[in-house]
Amino acid sequence: MVELALPKNSRITTGKTWPKPEGATNVRKFQIYRWNPDDGQNPRVDTYFVDMDTCGPMVLDALIKIKNEIDPTLTFRRSCREGICGSCAMNIDGLNTLACIYGMDEIKGDVKIYPLPHMPVVKDLIPDLTHFYAQHASIMPWLETKTQRPEHEWRQSIEDRKKLDGLYECVMCASCSTACPSYWWNGDRYLGPAALLHAYRWIIDSRDEATGERLDDLEDPFKLYRCHTIMNCTKTCPKGLNPAKAISEIKKMMVERQL
Amino acid sequence: MAFMTDRKRVTGLGASHTGTGAFWTMTVTSVALLILTPLFVFIFGPLLGEPHAEVIATLSRPFPAIVTGLMIVVGLYHFRLGVRVMIEDYAHGFAREAWIIVMTIASYALMAAGLFAVAKIAL
Repeated sequence: MVELALPKNSRITTGKTWPKPEGATNVRKFQIYRWNPDDGQNPRVDTYFVDMDTCGPMVLDALIKIKNEIDPTLTFRRSCREGICGSCAMNIDGLNTLACIYGMDEIKGDVKIYPLPHMPVVKDLIPDLTHFYAQHASIMPWLETKTQRPEHEWRQSIEDRKKLDGLYECVMCASCSTACPSYWWNGDRYLGPAALLHAYRWIIDSRDEATGERLDDLEDPFKLYRCHTIMNCTKTCPKGLNPAKAISEIKKMMVERQL
Repeated sequence: MAFMTDRKRVTGLGASHTGTGAFWTMTVTSVALLILTPLFVFIFGPLLGEPHAEVIATLSRPFPAIVTGLMIVVGLYHFRLGVRVMIEDYAHGFAREAWIIVMTIASYALMAAGLFAVAKIAL
């Protein structure tokens, strides 16, 4: 059932305010969600002050600086620091995005950082993406063929390869799915924009021979048709992709094979 | 807490292989309503505030009566599908099933009542 208020043990409290760096003149305030599963406390928002003169331009730079110089207990995922691995997805200034490619100059006022919305939290800014990854695996994100494997590679024309542009670039950061209200309310059954974008990427792959089976597996009021074209997914995608369009293309194919 | 693999949770009961019919019907009824709604407003808008007899006379003519009948049938069918989507979005478990039953019955009951009223006036 849709929940309009957080459960009691999830309500956010005011946390610790860390001291300002001494002698710094260009200071920026960060408000960061903290939750530790081991201390039995409610989540809180800690306040940090970062000297921007000695900090890189991206939000991830500030988070690393906070962890290295102010509070080593702050926990978050990060790896490639250039928008390829998708690890550092979080909610920054109300937008799901990648901390490594989101510049602090894009944010007015204090920088507010929370984990991706409506996901179980492992710790601090780390959401549990187990279900999200299992949904991705369920759409068979690989080439399915029935014809005997050719001697060399499966061939594809330049035009057909171009159809995959705007789809294959998805880094599975989960920004889109966790921005989707349908995924919030029915994420257990609705596959979400990321998994459906990947599904479409394989459905329209000219080399794939399981198009019908893929569509069969998606044809369901919950797996696919929970998408109401809200388009939060497209708005939030840090890679500039359009999952909403991919989903509507799948819906069109579903109708096409019935008319 | 059930001991279940993540994949098993995602698979659930599998795809029901339905939904496209409802999706397509919603699209078709939306297009129909795009035509019917302006027609309905165009016919009955000017009658606002007019005497009862004049409204009855208009509704007794074939074209307004057919438009009204279609508006009731198509509109409530569209409503039935739309409200079901809303219930599926926001209600879970028994509440979902109960609300779907109640709203389906209500939609068809309203449709029947509306058609009866139009027929009584027009015929």
